[in-house]
Amino acid sequence: MNLAEGVQVVAFGLLTAMMLGTALGVVLLDSIVYSAFLLAGAFVSMAGLYILLNADFVAAAQVLVYVGAVNVLILFAIMLVNKREDFVPVSGSFLRNGATAAVCAGIFGLLSTMVLSTPWAISSETPIGDGAIVKIGLHFFSDFLLPFEIASVLLLVALIGAIVLARREFIPDIRSAKGEDEALMLPERPRELAGSSQDK
Amino acid sequence: MQLQYFLLIAAALFCIGIYGLVTSRNAVRVLMSIELMLNAVNLNLVAFANYLDPQGIKGQVFTTFVIAIAAAEAAVGLAIVLSIYRNRDTIDMEQFNLLKW
Repeated sequence: MNLAEGVQVVAFGLLTAMMLGTALGVVLLDSIVYSAFLLAGAFVSMAGLYILLNADFVAAAQVLVYVGAVNVLILFAIMLVNKREDFVPVSGSFLRNGATAAVCAGIFGLLSTMVLSTPWAISSETPIGDGAIVKIGLHFFSDFLLPFEIASVLLLVALIGAIVLARREFIPDIRSAKGEDEALMLPERPRELAGSSQDK
Repeated sequence: MQLQYFLLIAAALFCIGIYGLVTSRNAVRVLMSIELMLNAVNLNLVAFANYLDPQGIKGQVFTTFVIAIAAAEAAVGLAIVLSIYRNRDTIDMEQFNLLKW
């Protein structure tokens, strides 16, 4: 990283404030759509922090995969599950949230004491910088070859699994009355349509 | 810039994720909280790669794997949420008690 020290500190402060603010917004806001857009902000500021840590490739992957794919997927899920329902209040929810907040603050306290009291073995070597992509590629095709291939198989499995889980059920016994060619009909149809055609 | 700052904000992000995971009623928001926690772990890995292993950067390799797994997890998780919504007509986490008894 060949930025001046002051620029780095200012960028770190801005990115930290942005990330913690957007993350709190994701968790605390009522509207789920606002939460989804703030989640994109959290991902982008996380990519900025990666750049501060000399991880250009990971920052690019973060923007591409998280903002471009995961966040869009979440927005699509919100649109598909677009039900404005007021959740039935659960008794003692205030107590529940308070207890959870206390536990989270406790975990944060424990983690921060651990972070501050551990003597980290900071390396004095210069960071690899722009050679990071080459180094990552070397890792992928030498000592991390098996995890790399397994990750590709896992992505394929997850793709097929998501399609199988999310598609509508197969309803074979309902035929169109007009005698359409069977090859032109979709093999699956929304359940509501199937129910209404059964009533006729 | 020091390693500890990055570890501290990663810890804060992880705790925010835990809070959202436990308290939110909306199933989609639970998935978003899981993404936040995965991001906190990624930040830890990249910070360690930069400060403790600046020439080997194995932490960045691990982060790439975590990003791939997170994408797969998001796809399957949202498919499960859609499927539950279709069957039970709600996304309230309090009413998802299929596996309770």
